[in-house]
Amino acid sequence: MSMLEAAHENEIELEGACEGSLACSTCHVIFMDEELYQKLPEPSDEENDMLDLAFGLTETSRLGCQIIAKPELDGMRLALPPATRNFAVDGHVPKPH
Amino acid sequence: MPLHVCVVGSGPAGFYVAKKLLKRFDFARVDILERLPAPFGLVRSGVAPDHPETKVVINQFSRTAEDERCRFFGNVCLGTDVSLEELRKNYHVVVLAYGAESDHRLGIPGEDLEGVFSARQFVWWYNGHPDGKDLPINLNDVETAVVLGQGNVALDVARILLRSPSELSSTDIAEHAVKALRTSRIRKVYVVGRRGPVQAACTAKELREILGLKGVEIVINEADLQTTDCDLEELQSSRIHKRVFDLFCKSATFTKCAGRDKQLQFVFFRAPVSLLAAEDGIHVRGVHLQKTRLEGNHPRKLVGTGEFEELDCGLVLKSIGYKSLPVPDLPFDHKKGVVPNYFGRVRSSDATNETERGLYVAGWLKRGPTGIIGTNEVCAQEVVTSIEEDVNRAVVSNLKEVPGSVGLESILSEKNKRYITFEGWERLNETEMEKGAVKGKPREKIVGIDEALAIGLAKEKE
Repeated sequence: MSMLEAAHENEIELEGACEGSLACSTCHVIFMDEELYQKLPEPSDEENDMLDLAFGLTETSRLGCQIIAKPELDGMRLALPPATRNFAVDGHVPKPH
Repeated sequence: MPLHVCVVGSGPAGFYVAKKLLKRFDFARVDILERLPAPFGLVRSGVAPDHPETKVVINQFSRTAEDERCRFFGNVCLGTDVSLEELRKNYHVVVLAYGAESDHRLGIPGEDLEGVFSARQFVWWYNGHPDGKDLPINLNDVETAVVLGQGNVALDVARILLRSPSELSSTDIAEHAVKALRTSRIRKVYVVGRRGPVQAACTAKELREILGLKGVEIVINEADLQTTDCDLEELQSSRIHKRVFDLFCKSATFTKCAGRDKQLQFVFFRAPVSLLAAEDGIHVRGVHLQKTRLEGNHPRKLVGTGEFEELDCGLVLKSIGYKSLPVPDLPFDHKKGVVPNYFGRVRSSDATNETERGLYVAGWLKRGPTGIIGTNEVCAQEVVTSIEEDVNRAVVSNLKEVPGSVGLESILSEKNKRYITFEGWERLNETEMEKGAVKGKPREKIVGIDEALAIGLAKEKE
């Protein structure tokens, strides 16, 4: 089972626009444990192409649809990318209101 | 008390806003207006036919439309069928998400010669957009095409011109387009950028795909791959640009294979100065370009070198950016081509911080015509958060009664304007899929408005 599927089964709001076909970056998750992140196989070119476009990309980011549950990943903690008020366009600085 | 919302535009921007509003507010009632018979905006008419996996997002948009608190009104056009003022009177919240249906102009001589189109027009044509089917494009008498711009749309149009028609014939490409492509004599496509490979706006997936296209030789001038210190700094700070640049470099070192009868050439550091007319003075026959150079530091400036070149061609596709269209009573920034807004709240003008009560924008109309489908999810989050704040502070109040759908229906019926419901679209959808199945295509798009309306407006079967 992929982490995207696991999220949906547990009613966690992880978007999966392309339903796991490596055609979007909306299931982007961030590994909180560097050690477990290192245990994963390298992302394919196709996954890396989509990670390029992910909002809030980090050093331990992966696509949730490509992370398959395995015993050695037991206990992994995944964070969802940050909320959007920091999404600055044209360097716009919000005025206090 | 219901919160009556009207979303104008049924592409990703509109649907992500509708989806999130329905989730945030149990009491939301969302009507989605769409001027075409079919929903989904650029997912249907922009994403290339050979990229079906990118269209899967339609499944979840359909689930949103099927929510009993959501209603789809196809064939209803803001401005023609209902005014912005009328919508604002009938709904608590109006969200404009109608995208960008026009183009940036080059502003150079020859731009209106025959055989010169915007990439958007060509994309609408091959994707069966009702407004694109009559494009006067001639592929039979043309051997060379020039695409101006190096973003993903530029790569899309180049790829559709170069991909073998037999590969395209099993996609949802419009029938008139694949027919024309089968007799196309285009064998060479130039994709021209004003700056270098370090600055190219395309992304890795699309570039990788076109570099690997069957039967197409890739031509890149190795001299264009030289980098300055400034370039290296840019590459270091951008993962996207670094991976794109690496792909260009790898491609330039492939050995040339024999037996490829088509060519794709990436041309860098050339800015179009004018489009040249053939002897008849009517058709385009070439592009006059000036060599450019990047100068300075932080920010770098693009300058002309005073040296010029020509590329012969019979077709020019300008892929230099889309542009939104204004509607009456809507504040609009004509320079940027967007509606001035504050986190999605429409500003009364770009010179003031005052906002228009209950009026919001989302998607390209809000941000400008950039980004991918997923960018709209983030954008919709921001707009819906603004709406939620405004509802909580009673800037927008669902305690004040407004007619909502009922009001819209009476406006439309007074004009005898029939609209397509989501069930009507599902009928149209089924018809397209049935017609496609016969030809081994996922669907055969119904391109004529009249035919689409006849099916979409037909009485529901018992």
